[in-house]
Amino acid sequence: MKKTMTFAAALLAASVLSGMASAKTLVYCSEASPANFDPGTTTGGNDFDASSRTVYSRLVEFKHGGTEIEPGLADKWEISDDGLVYTFHLHPGVKFQTTDYFKPTRDLNADDVVFSFDRQFNKQNPWNGDKYLPNLTWDYYTGMDMPKYVAKWEKVDDLTVKLTLTEPNAPMLANLGMDFASIVSKEYADQLEKDGKMADFSTKPIGTGPFQFVDYQLDSVIRYAANPDYFKGKEKIDDLVFAITPDATARIQKVLAGECDIAPYPNPADIATIKANNDVTLMDQAGLNIGYMSYNTTIPPLDKPEVRHALNQAIDREALIKSLFQDAGATPAENLIPPTMWSWDKDVKSDAYNPDEAKKVLEAAGLKEIQLWASDRVRPYNPNFQRAAELIQADWAKVGVKAEIVNYEWTKYREEGKKKDRPGAFQIGWTGDNGDPDNFFATLFACSAIGVSNYSSWCDKDFEDLIQKAKKTSDQAERTKLYEQAQVIFAKQAPAFLLAHSQVYAVVRKNVSGFMMDPLGIHRFDGVDKAE
Amino acid sequence: MLRYLLNKIALLIPTLVGITICAFAFVRLLPGDPILAMAGEHGVAPARYEELKEKFGYNLPIWQQYARYVGEVATGDFGVSISSKRPVLEEFKTLFPATLELSFFAMVFAMVIGIPAGIFAAVKRGSWFDQSLMGTALVGYSMPIFWWGLLLIIFFSGYLGWTPVSGRIGLQFFFKPITGFMTIDSLLYGKWDAFRSALSHLVLPAIVLGTIPLAVIARQTRSAMLEVLGEDYVRTARAKGLSAARVVGVHALRNALIPVVTTIGLQVGTLLAGAILTETIFAWPGIGKWMVDSIFKRDYVVVQSGLLLIALIVMAVNLIVDVLYAVINPRIRAA
Repeated sequence: MKKTMTFAAALLAASVLSGMASAKTLVYCSEASPANFDPGTTTGGNDFDASSRTVYSRLVEFKHGGTEIEPGLADKWEISDDGLVYTFHLHPGVKFQTTDYFKPTRDLNADDVVFSFDRQFNKQNPWNGDKYLPNLTWDYYTGMDMPKYVAKWEKVDDLTVKLTLTEPNAPMLANLGMDFASIVSKEYADQLEKDGKMADFSTKPIGTGPFQFVDYQLDSVIRYAANPDYFKGKEKIDDLVFAITPDATARIQKVLAGECDIAPYPNPADIATIKANNDVTLMDQAGLNIGYMSYNTTIPPLDKPEVRHALNQAIDREALIKSLFQDAGATPAENLIPPTMWSWDKDVKSDAYNPDEAKKVLEAAGLKEIQLWASDRVRPYNPNFQRAAELIQADWAKVGVKAEIVNYEWTKYREEGKKKDRPGAFQIGWTGDNGDPDNFFATLFACSAIGVSNYSSWCDKDFEDLIQKAKKTSDQAERTKLYEQAQVIFAKQAPAFLLAHSQVYAVVRKNVSGFMMDPLGIHRFDGVDKAE
Repeated sequence: MLRYLLNKIALLIPTLVGITICAFAFVRLLPGDPILAMAGEHGVAPARYEELKEKFGYNLPIWQQYARYVGEVATGDFGVSISSKRPVLEEFKTLFPATLELSFFAMVFAMVIGIPAGIFAAVKRGSWFDQSLMGTALVGYSMPIFWWGLLLIIFFSGYLGWTPVSGRIGLQFFFKPITGFMTIDSLLYGKWDAFRSALSHLVLPAIVLGTIPLAVIARQTRSAMLEVLGEDYVRTARAKGLSAARVVGVHALRNALIPVVTTIGLQVGTLLAGAILTETIFAWPGIGKWMVDSIFKRDYVVVQSGLLLIALIVMAVNLIVDVLYAVINPRIRAA
């Protein structure tokens, strides 16, 4: 009897093992644990990689590897002539994922779409507040100004949804491709509410995306399986595993050792080693970001554009970028938006290095001392604020300007830096959310952003008129023209010193195909395959 | 004995109050506030900032916030994480077994090597072995954990390929935790290869975390042993003609181990502190990594409750050590 049992166990083990061998597993060494799996409630890129980009889909999607909008759950849509009404036509027969904790009885319909947004702003919705999760803030929904622009969401019929705006807002479509706009299942929500297990909505996600959630071992491993009912066709990978590995060196060692297939964000110091290795490919892309330094344009003599230009001219930007980014490299910024973004104006150039000219202007303006701000945090657009400050300080010293470096810890830094009357030059940067130029121009330099994220306290009427008009125009060719004009004004007024757009890297094993770097900084695994 | 025990427990109360104050104050002394930390480069409009401040209770006077916090903790409510929205105690319970398992193996590593090495060094006092051991122990004691861990990973995992780089177990093994200890759970499921995988994942982090305790234990064993070897009863045992092994191994060691037990108990604090760095390097899903993440996120609730829970554990272990010490050495009880 005992022998039979052993034999049966061995047989079982063998069948499990052989089953495992035929399943294709892709391991991604992610950089941090997700806060939870409800993309409406989270803000980090690592949160979105683990939820919205794997488990969920949206009405519209960003093109793989780009920022253009393409159909998602909505096959097509119409925008009314006044730009106020958006009508979305849903793809028929889209199934929510079937798991051991939820079995859908109906396909995706307009109720799910309305619910996905309603829960984020409607205080009467039981899923908006503490009943679901404590201290919910819906940061992205408010951060993207959705409450200001959205008048209402309506179900027209099962497969038609109507969105009405309070005023025209062209970036709205791009907003709906963002992670917070992921479509969740109302049926699942209702079931959890009935069972009194509402918090499960954030830990056991159900969506319509390419992969379905299997298990999460806190701070360690997340497991997904290909969604067999995915409306765009089942993925080639059977199992997707996130091995959470916060240390950059350990992450790279893991991908080199074959313990994972893809790892993001290598240390610049490791780039040479990675390039020399034959088992892996180093993928890179100009990130959708900008590192810059804001002058407070309201405090003399920095209120004069010629003084700001002179300070820019005094900086040897090429040497600065080389020293900061080293082997990782970065594209010198000519404009506030990166070259990968539509409406980037190739004819606009930022100030060239010209210390002699700078010295004349600065002497005439009587600028002898300036505050130069730096913080301790490594950011994608600037790996070392302090080092940058020291190099700029040295450059400015050569033209007779003594810079005093002001240091604060990162959160305090921004708290102080955004104040209207903060003096001097403040190093900061930005990573785009939705690939829309508005997300750079208006977020960072609109008059209404002063005291929030307009660190230059710069309010230029002509610039403001252009970006506000572009926001309200739905025709992209028309918008492009407006943003090009805005870039000319920006270059002329120079409210900031533009540093660079940094490269974003990922290390991928050679047997992996179909993985694409994404300008939005997200990591997607749909369309990825792996040769054994 | 009971009086001794009650006395020890009474002494814990002021310590506990002190810890709640420290845990509460330290996170608030950190520059930067949690609302801005959450907002990132987006920033927060002033009106929204005030709204959030009120929502999280940061608008209250600091002493009221403290009173509220102590009140909650006293009723066993350790709060809910600001970032993950999960109860802190639940996260702690999930993650703590990983830290405990790692600490246990680190301690085993430290004792298995540290105690024999210390004994041998004492017996061969002044020899090249003794001197090089004490030198190495000093180096081990001063080793920056972060650097040491990365060095081992690059050499053993990267270059030689002997050990896995990081994590707790091979990714092909997947079972629901029973005890939360990978080594025990894999055996409970009867999966030998999973058990081997769990052990191989433990090797490097246990060495890294065990290095400082190893150095301390080796040095402590050596000095305790030296002291005991000079005692009259050891000379008597020798005079009786007992073998050197028996004298050292039985007569001397028993007494020499008393201070070593205390040392080992005190190393629990070192282990938990070391776990913060070790877990971060080795992607070990324990409470050390959890605390680091929470500090970066300015998740006040997790940091203060996590600190308190860790402190409670260290205190409990110290209490147990005190009691054990009294059991081993009756003279203490009277004192």
